Amino acid sequence: MNLSMRWLSDFVDIDAKPHDFCEAITMSGSKVEGYTVEGSEISNVIVGKILSIEKHPDADKLVVCQVDVGSGEPIQIVTGATNLKVGDVVPVAMDNSTLPGGKKIHKGKLRGVVSNGMLCSLGELGLTVHDFPNAIEDGIMVIDEDVKLGQDIREALGLNDTCVEFEITSNRPDCFSIIGLAREAAATYNLPLKLHTPVVKGTDGDVNDLLQVEVKNPELCMRYIARMVKNVKIEPSPRWMRERLRACGVRPINNIVDITNYVMLEYGQPMHAFDYKYVNGHKITVRTAKNGEKITTLDDVERNLDESMLVIADEKGPVAVAGVMGGEFSSIMDDTDTIVFESACFNGPSVRLTSKKLGLRTESSGRYEKGLDPNNTKPAVDRACELIEMLGAGEVIGGYVDVDNSDKAQRRIKLDVDWTNRFLGIDIPREQMVDYLERVGCVMEDDDIIVPSFRPDLEHKADISEEIARFYGYDKIPVTAIRGTAQGHLTEQQKFERTVSNTLLSQGLYEIMTYSFISPKYYDKIRLPEDSPLRKCVTIQNPLGEDTSVMRTTTLPSMLEILAKNYNNRNESAALFELSPEYIPTENPLPDENVQVTLGMYGEQYDFYSLKGVVEALLDVLGIADYDVSAVSDNPTFHPGRCACISKDGRDIGTIGEIHPLVLQNYGINTKVYAAKLDASALFDLRCVSKEYKPLPKYPATARDIAVLCDDALPVLDMKKAIQKAAGPILERVSLFDVYKGQQVPDGKKSVAWSLSFRAPDRTLTDEETDGAMKKVLKALDEMGAVLRS
Amino acid sequence: MKEALNAIRQQAEQLIHAAQDMKEVDALRVRFLGKKGELTAILKQMGKLSAEERPVIGQLANEIRTNIENAIAARNEELKAAQLTAQLESERLDVTMPGKRHPLGKKHPLTLVLDEIKEIFLGMGFDIAQGPEVELDYYNFEALNIPKNHPARDTQDTFYINDNVLLRTQTSPVQIRVMEKQRPPIRVIAPGRVYRSDAVDATHSPLFHQIEGLVVDKGVTMADLKGTLEIFVKRLYGEDTVVRFRPHHFPFTEPSAELDIQCFACHGEGCRLCKGEGWIELLGCGMVHPKVLEICNVDPEEYSGFAFGMGLERIVMRRFGIDDLRLFFENDLRFLDQF
Repeated sequence: MNLSMRWLSDFVDIDAKPHDFCEAITMSGSKVEGYTVEGSEISNVIVGKILSIEKHPDADKLVVCQVDVGSGEPIQIVTGATNLKVGDVVPVAMDNSTLPGGKKIHKGKLRGVVSNGMLCSLGELGLTVHDFPNAIEDGIMVIDEDVKLGQDIREALGLNDTCVEFEITSNRPDCFSIIGLAREAAATYNLPLKLHTPVVKGTDGDVNDLLQVEVKNPELCMRYIARMVKNVKIEPSPRWMRERLRACGVRPINNIVDITNYVMLEYGQPMHAFDYKYVNGHKITVRTAKNGEKITTLDDVERNLDESMLVIADEKGPVAVAGVMGGEFSSIMDDTDTIVFESACFNGPSVRLTSKKLGLRTESSGRYEKGLDPNNTKPAVDRACELIEMLGAGEVIGGYVDVDNSDKAQRRIKLDVDWTNRFLGIDIPREQMVDYLERVGCVMEDDDIIVPSFRPDLEHKADISEEIARFYGYDKIPVTAIRGTAQGHLTEQQKFERTVSNTLLSQGLYEIMTYSFISPKYYDKIRLPEDSPLRKCVTIQNPLGEDTSVMRTTTLPSMLEILAKNYNNRNESAALFELSPEYIPTENPLPDENVQVTLGMYGEQYDFYSLKGVVEALLDVLGIADYDVSAVSDNPTFHPGRCACISKDGRDIGTIGEIHPLVLQNYGINTKVYAAKLDASALFDLRCVSKEYKPLPKYPATARDIAVLCDDALPVLDMKKAIQKAAGPILERVSLFDVYKGQQVPDGKKSVAWSLSFRAPDRTLTDEETDGAMKKVLKALDEMGAVLRS
Repeated sequence: MKEALNAIRQQAEQLIHAAQDMKEVDALRVRFLGKKGELTAILKQMGKLSAEERPVIGQLANEIRTNIENAIAARNEELKAAQLTAQLESERLDVTMPGKRHPLGKKHPLTLVLDEIKEIFLGMGFDIAQGPEVELDYYNFEALNIPKNHPARDTQDTFYINDNVLLRTQTSPVQIRVMEKQRPPIRVIAPGRVYRSDAVDATHSPLFHQIEGLVVDKGVTMADLKGTLEIFVKRLYGEDTVVRFRPHHFPFTEPSAELDIQCFACHGEGCRLCKGEGWIELLGCGMVHPKVLEICNVDPEEYSGFAFGMGLERIVMRRFGIDDLRLFFENDLRFLDQF
């Protein structure tokens, strides 16, 4: 909402600099986005009168003018304009003047003849023909108004208003008007609000004899008032009206249209003017549209209507979309003779829905959708008629058509002084509260606050407390600490996530954050089977685009996208992780949001085992031991020979592996990529929270190393488990220290070297005990085809 | 004989002193003190001496032996020291060469600042709550006093899953979920991802992060709201930060306010950073609307509370001088490595 300060001064006398005014009204609750002083870019441009025009001695297209600028001696100015004649009053940019856009004018010589300035066109002053309908666009502006020679042009043309731009919140439709903002300004400065009651002389006749109005949907049209004007003369509106409209950002059109816009700005009540002769049957019906009905709106677009939309119709069909825009056919033309003013109150949500469906937002719909005051319709239509008479634009026909279905009940709220003081943490007397409330139009009746009908947002004592707080001043409310003590703490889940994150960071992985919506095509990129249940995902009805249209059911594609981006940006290597959810649809309305630990890496220094090492370290930190690792060869996203599933006690923890070359091809990555996805809830459930100290050993350990020859395909984990089982409780540790293939090892075989350490907590082991255990170990290995190398 | 002994002493000391390594010293030890050594050879002739001479010569011989032994020990020490010096010299490093580093990952800048914010609130007795991102319309809007077709919905362009399910546009629904589960006193913050249908550009993203806060107890006042948030802002931005509370409107708080901080760059004069306003909008806040309390079965006559919400990305962008929101989600290592 743009506010003309000059217009505001009709209603309240503000004596403050624009900056201070903006600051004050912002702090009382009407947020100012900024302000502009009209003509602030213009300086040293004054009114002058052409005394003579002579041909330039050395240029065919130039003339030399003597101009009276009201200071005795005329000045000489050279111009190329052809529209001038002696006696014209024009804007003169003097020596050292500035014009909009930062243009500077200095005196100089044009083809040898001295020119002491420049005569200005509309455009050079930042104006258009809409501002001055009698001026021309290509030529010097000839001023036909009452001005003084030598007068500053800003003053002469009314270019000295200040426009303040407000951000109006949705709860304050009343502030979408000059009067509403004037009320706020008056309340802020504790000044009287000078309201004006429109006076309409009118003529004979009664509008009810000429027009019938029927409202078929009273719930969508709470009030409909019509007044009529005959013998209309369409012409430009006067300068003061054009100036005010311009300051508020509205383009002047003609007197009738300008009046409807003027009233909308002043009262916040949208108005519409119909050409009476195109209201067929002279009957207006307010009804919902029929399916298939169409209307061509004022912007020359044909629009399809449906049953949810409220329209203003005559006998033939819709002539306006209620509260949104009028139809082209019944609009005001140069030959319009009799008009109908509509001042109505439509249901906010209904207008909002219609405007959304039609993709058509207007000044009018923007006001209606926030909810307007049915009591404002009458003063507004009266104001329009008053302006008609003031401008001599026609004769107002007597009477009103007023279909009023609005709720007339007054809203009352008890003023609870103690509660309000306690709630706000302040201590002010009742009278002060009452003063603030009366400033915004509330009326007191004992302890009852009667809320004005233009403030539907005041419903509860909390709303009243806000009114009191904002005029008392938010900055005056003291600053206190919450009473009582509280202990903030992290939940076990949050501590766990912190541990996971810290462990991964300490191993050189960088944390990333990715979008949780992806393209369904990403499932093809990771070669997810057509029938995979993961393809069933939560789908966004109105996505920004296909690539962000479904909530991911796997975090892998997001990780691969980021790895690919880094690869394409020529980052030599990357090791990344993300802790973020997957969204798995369920039978409930909401999906499960399962947090995943996703890891990814590429680069020369990394291989499958680097990634596995990271995962092992994480499991170690979480105290998850004795987990199973089994080869997976049928996960299409991963290399069939380099993929494993990690589980414990039958519960899947996650998958880890090298990404399949065909997937890498889909991502345009030309190097090996390793990735893992671990289920955070499995890690959380399986983690070991309590750790217990075991005494340090008192007796020495006995170490034995062995190397066995076995099939290449035999997993070392199987061997390790066999060793552990066979060696019994005296085996303290077994670790793999070498795997060798090549010379002296037959094809298809490998040599695996193990280091075993035996120890008993209560004695030194004898050789016999250790040998016995070793014998069992070798036997067990032998049974699985792993033979001791000699 | 005495002369012979003195000659040995002189020669031994001279030679030992001149020895260049420990091997040479050892050879001298054998030569003079060994079983077949020069000193021993002389001592073997002691028998030829008179009874008076014997003890005198014996004492002299022992003295000389001790002297030679000491000289050997001293020379060995010298040689060892020299050897060590030489070794250390040869091991001299170019200490300006880069160190060998164990690779260390880094937190995402959003996490970095979020962790800081969490710590501040944990220290003020707040717990950290969470709620779903795919949320019911009820929690995201209706329970927050934003019914269907309320114009406030227009300011939050929403991604819908169906008529009743959406991607939460704010972290405020967590307020409702917390109040449904927990009776007052309540002190929580709820950080998380939120979604709005904004096309991606340097200052907009369809996914971003908010941090919600909620306090409900008996006798919580607007002065408490001001006090709590002022402490938070001063811990985040420094003690000398200037704060102002400006009236605003949110459907689920009443009274509502926006908290501005005075521009750090121009101290309120107005500059490019603050778009000439002198102030930077940091967060929205207000007293929990009685309707919202009622919806959650909290009696507004008995309890009151305040809530606040802030966007994380903007705070992080200002902290590090990041001018493009997209960088957060592109995750280029050259970006991530800077924090």
